[in-house]
This record gives sequence, C-alpha cells and structure tokens, in this order.
Amino acid sequence: MDRLLLASVSLWRREMVRFYRDKPRVIGGLVPPVIFWIFIGSGLKGSFHMGGLDYSQYFYPGTLVLIFLFTAVFSTMTVIEDRKEGFLQSVLVSPAPRSAVVIGKLFGGASLAFMQGLPFLAAAPLVGIELHPDTLMLSLLVLFGVAFSLSGIGFVLAWVIDSTQGFHAVMNMGLVPLWLVSGALFPLSNLPGWLDVIVKINPLTYCVAALQWEFFPQNTGAGLPPFWICAVVIALFCAVTFALAVWVTGRGRDQHV
Amino acid sequence: MLAIETWDLRYSYPAKGKSKEVQALKGINLLVSEGEIFGFLGPNGSGKTTLFKILSTLVAPPSGSASIFEHDLRTDADEARKLIGVVFQHPSLDKKLTVTENLRHHGNLYGMDGDSLKKNITRQLEVFGLADRRDEYVETLSGGLRRRVELAKALLTSPKLLILDEPSTGLDPSARRELWDAIVGLKKSAGLTVVVTTHLGDEGDRCDSLVIMNEGRVMSAGSPAKLKSLIGGDVIAIHCDAPEDLSEKIRDKFGAAPSVVAGAVRIELARGHEFIPKVVEAFPGQVRAVTLGKPALEDVFIRLTGKTLGSAELGRADG
Repeated sequence: MDRLLLASVSLWRREMVRFYRDKPRVIGGLVPPVIFWIFIGSGLKGSFHMGGLDYSQYFYPGTLVLIFLFTAVFSTMTVIEDRKEGFLQSVLVSPAPRSAVVIGKLFGGASLAFMQGLPFLAAAPLVGIELHPDTLMLSLLVLFGVAFSLSGIGFVLAWVIDSTQGFHAVMNMGLVPLWLVSGALFPLSNLPGWLDVIVKINPLTYCVAALQWEFFPQNTGAGLPPFWICAVVIALFCAVTFALAVWVTGRGRDQHV
Repeated sequence: MLAIETWDLRYSYPAKGKSKEVQALKGINLLVSEGEIFGFLGPNGSGKTTLFKILSTLVAPPSGSASIFEHDLRTDADEARKLIGVVFQHPSLDKKLTVTENLRHHGNLYGMDGDSLKKNITRQLEVFGLADRRDEYVETLSGGLRRRVELAKALLTSPKLLILDEPSTGLDPSARRELWDAIVGLKKSAGLTVVVTTHLGDEGDRCDSLVIMNEGRVMSAGSPAKLKSLIGGDVIAIHCDAPEDLSEKIRDKFGAAPSVVAGAVRIELARGHEFIPKVVEAFPGQVRAVTLGKPALEDVFIRLTGKTLGSAELGRADG
C-alpha cells in the first residue's frame, strides 16, 4: 500500500478507536445542539413564519451544522494533547509524510462528526423535512465538506494554541459567533449593511445555505446564495483549510518545538 | 562509517520576554562511530535536549551541519529517519491503545504492514518480555513496562541508530538498571549505535564514550575512564556548617586547593585517606561528615564547570 495512504489510515484508525473508547465524548458534541434546537425551536415556533416553514424546521440545518462544528472541532482538540505527550513527536520523526498527520486527523474529525450528526439527520422526517435519495446524497456530500473544513480549522487552531482552555476560548469567541451569523438562526434577507458583509464573507453561511437548498428547495428565503456558489465556497473552504493545516505542520521543523 | 557527524552546530531561539536570543548550542562538533554507546552528559539547560531534537530530526539544523549515516539532516532528513529509532523523554505511546495497537501504528508510519509487521511485533514483544501484555491498554502498565514498550516500539523498524532522551526519567532504580541492561545488550547483539542524553553520572559510566556538555558547549569528550583521569587521586567532600570559612582555613593551613560546591568543601588530591584525619583533628567540631571517593563523572563535571550536574538552572527545562 502506498506510504501516505498507509500512514493516514493508521492515524485515522487511531482517532476512531480512541473515540470509541472514550464514551462521554460520544454524546458530548451531539446533545447541546439538539437541546438548543428543541428549546429555541419550540420557543420561537409561534412568532416565526417563512413560506410554509415553522421555526424548528428552519432551525434544523443550522443545528446540523452546529453539531458538525462541535464534534469536528472538538475532535481535533486531541492535537493539543498529542503535542504535549510525545505521541505527535514520535509521528513527526517517522518517515511518514506530514500531510499524513493532517489527512488522518481531518478525515478522523469528519468521520466522528458524521457518526454524531447522522442520527440527527435521520430524524429529519419526524419534523416534516423529506429527504429524497438524491437530495440525501447531496446533503451528505455537503456535510462531508462542512465536517472536513471545520476539522481543518480545528486542527490549525489546536496546532497553534497550546492549552485546551485557550482552544475553548477561541471556539466560543470565534467559531460559535460565526455560526450565529451564518443564517442558521435567522433568514438572510433585510439585514443591516454591516451584518450583511459579515454574513457574506462567513464560510459557514454557505454551508447552512447549501443544506437549506437541499432540505426545503421550495421555501428558501430571499438573500440565499445560489447552490452552485455554496458548493464552490465549501470546496474552496476544504482546500484552503487543508493547505493551511499541512503548512502549519511543516512550519514546526524550523522552529523551537 | 560514522553514525553521526556534526560540524559547528549552532542553535538559538528567541527568549520569552527578552530581546536577546537564547543560544542553546554554541558550535558543537561531534563524531559518533558506528556500534558504540555515546552519551551527552550535562545538566538541564546544557543544550543536550536541543541537540537531541536536531539529531532526531524534529528540528532542522539552522546553522552548521549534522548528518546521520551520511544523510544530511537539512536536505535528506527523510532518509535519515528510516535509520533512526527515537525514544522521547515524554511518553510517546497512546495510553488509550493496547501495546500491540501502538506497535502496529508505529510500523504503519514506517511503511510496514501485513504479516511481516505482525511477525515483527510478536518478535519484539518476546524480546522485551511483553508477550503476555500485548492486549493490555498502555495506561494500565507500570512506568518500567511502558519504557520497555517505548523501546520495543523504537526498535520495531530495525533502526541502525537508537536515540534516547533521558530514558530513565521517572523510573525506579531497578527499572533503570533493567533499561540499561537492555541497551547494552542491544548494542552487543544487534550492533546498534546508541546515543543517549542524561544528567546522571552513573549513566554516563555505561557509555563507551561521551561528551560533557555545559551551556551549549562540549566541555570535554572521551571514554568515561579517560574523562575521569582528568582528576588525579581521590575526591574528598567535607560537609560542615560554614564551608566557605573552612575552605579558606584548609587552603591556609595545608596549601591544598579546596573549592565549595553544593554546600560542601571539595578537595581533589592523591592519598586522600591520609589527609582526612589531619583535617578533622585540625578543625575540631567543625566537620559534620566526610566522604572519600574515586573520581566519578560528576567530579569531572564539577572540575570543568564549577557546579554539580544537579544544579541545573530551573526554568530552562528544555535544556
């Protein structure tokens, strides 16, 4: 088997095994977003109407992205632990390409996000969101892009930040606000100018929008970017975060680590 | 062939909160022959861990050159990596994985797979007496056993050079002895070249040759016996309440050349056993305890630097 592939698969498998053996993590990323969805969705049900959607439907794709955000980003937090222990050093002095570390972690993060997000996706019909096989396939593809790129962001952050406390802080102050202004909570029409700018440069906007196109094609609100733009942005988002992650791992060798 | 060759190796990094850079290595020249156990002896902050990081390919040599089996570490690190087994001071095993899983993962990183990897793992586990522990989680093993797994892991890929950073950190004396027996055995049976950093004189004694390092420089090099021959005769250490005062008095009265190291008066001289009663009688009541010994590597270090191996500057833990 090819060297890069073998090393990447080995690192990916480690992520899976560790996750499986660390039971509390299995529910940690899934439960908070679902609770948000139940409370906020029920609370705003009476006052929100967009086309034929009620709020728990509108909020559904955003909740999925939040689950993926939590699970993907938190799974890469193990990079901090790996750096503190000798584990990562031991990988870095092996002849395995450094991109294997990135591929293993990012596919690991994406797989874990899928394992935790899929049960919620499977519950979509219960709230009246119908998923046809073709829209389901596209949704899964979009979700993979979301999971992969968010793992990439988590990886880069974890590589640069040397404490889990710092990582949590950046997550709460940087990534969660990005999610808040992604169209996950409110439609993108009639926003004040400054917010509109943030929404447009926020990659999460396109992740949420792509899912909205798939989940309720008849009821998308005004201001939603076209699906093809969403697809391009998500693909670019994946490529850029991956490249950034590979770059950041290579940087270490010329520095005091 | 030389296992390691470095020439004028220098390394500095920006110090936190200071404008000046910290010079961790100030021009290191090393020649390590194939098949020997080679030690870097020095306290924390002496630069030995930085040297370890460069030789293990974790950090590229910024200035000067370093090569392993003629592979330049700046341009050809990947080839060198295939020939090195590394044991870090911090545990590099994944505690949530079993012993076998850790080894399999390690083999995969080196391109090993399938049956040959399986056979290799089984053999390593047998060599290190770990066969009955193979399916246990690493977190359930004792410190000594974990070190053995680290060693088995580093040797799984049949390296020609084994590099260890302070391998006996956190080990009790018997586990330490066991580890060193294993290292010496490997050198004999497999013709392995071993490079080890340590701040313990008695570990230096088990090396074929070593360099004594201090503040980023090599102070002296040679076999333990040769290094110890720098000191003639015996080493006497006198423990007392006012070492500076007593040191001066001994100098005045006997013309010896005492020094105060780590709170004790230290004198190097021939026929030390004859000198001790004279001192004790000359200064009644001042001497608390006296030790007499043949010179150890620690004494050589003291002679070269004026401080003990344990008197490391705290706060420079990366030494």
